[in-house]
Amino acid sequence: MKTIVLKWLFLTISPCDAAEPWQLGSQDAATPIMQGIIDLHHDIFFFLILILVFVLWILVRALWHFHYKENAIPQRIVHGTTIEILRTIFPSLISMFIAIPSFALLYSMDEVVVDPAITIKAIGHQWYRTYEYSDYNSSDEQSLTFDSYMIPEEDLELGQSRLLEVDNRVVVPAKTHLRIIVTSADVPHSWAVPSSGVKCDAVPGRLNQISILVQREGVYYGQCSEICGTNHAFTPIVVEAVPRKDYGSRVSNQLIPQTGEA
Amino acid sequence: MAEAVSAKTPSLSEQYHLENEVKQVKEDPSDENTSEETPDDITLKTAPADFRFPTTNQTRHCFTRYIEYHRCVAAKGDDAPECDKFAKFYRSLCPSEWVDRWNEQRENGTFPGPL
Repeated sequence: MKTIVLKWLFLTISPCDAAEPWQLGSQDAATPIMQGIIDLHHDIFFFLILILVFVLWILVRALWHFHYKENAIPQRIVHGTTIEILRTIFPSLISMFIAIPSFALLYSMDEVVVDPAITIKAIGHQWYRTYEYSDYNSSDEQSLTFDSYMIPEEDLELGQSRLLEVDNRVVVPAKTHLRIIVTSADVPHSWAVPSSGVKCDAVPGRLNQISILVQREGVYYGQCSEICGTNHAFTPIVVEAVPRKDYGSRVSNQLIPQTGEA
Repeated sequence: MAEAVSAKTPSLSEQYHLENEVKQVKEDPSDENTSEETPDDITLKTAPADFRFPTTNQTRHCFTRYIEYHRCVAAKGDDAPECDKFAKFYRSLCPSEWVDRWNEQRENGTFPGPL
């Protein structure tokens, strides 16, 4: 009983970092890019509602007032200079107000201003992921490589998400600039984590780079976003952001038993 | 080789400290690491952003670093310390399968690059 109360107390105020049933809005932002995307969405939505209300009002008004019983003789207006000028200028202004933040975000997403501190390679396979952390090797042997498989439904524990949990998570330090190199070993996949604002295609023979800065600790879920075969729906991605000072020990201690390498 | 299944996934109650009081949930979850050597020993450094490759596609970046390393080794010898940084760069950027394949190609003499 106590655990249920505590679970409801804690989990209901935790950020949304995984898909929720019947979710309408975005997941909570964990990176500046995602926050920018959400803010742009709010900007555009404002103009959207403005235009929607205006158009609906005109439409309803026209239907109401031009009913053949209400108004038997319709007016025949061919042109009106003022209104034509206005209805050209206003939409261009609105387009400009939408375009400015949109382009600002688009180009700032691509800028890599700070050198990344870590490079993590995410390699897609059918139907699991391999992650390589190779910043520390002194030879061509990888320092840290592990596979990440979805936990099947029968093995889930109470409270874990179906189709979203994996056995080995990608551990990253929070508040650190990361470079993630996404590629594939067989067919195209896509590495997507919505709360980090990341969706990057994993193309065989190509290395795609994404630069992220995870701003808060937490566990972020995503799913494969490019059809890759029968188990395309069963290859999730889980990123765990840990405090920076814990990152070193997490990587060297917790993951060593799986690779058997230092 | 990497194992596919781990026994280390923390259970939900461990993860959310549900057996403890709610106030303890806010504690920094680094208790299990206090006995280890200081994690700050690992300085986080990796291949820097190269202005020759400003776009998303870093395939050429990885390939160029690999070639630079081998050219450096060919010019300066196997153990030259100047070549170490190129080695670190290509290992950070290139998937290990690619590196293995290229090493094999070099040994066979079929490597398709200007070594």
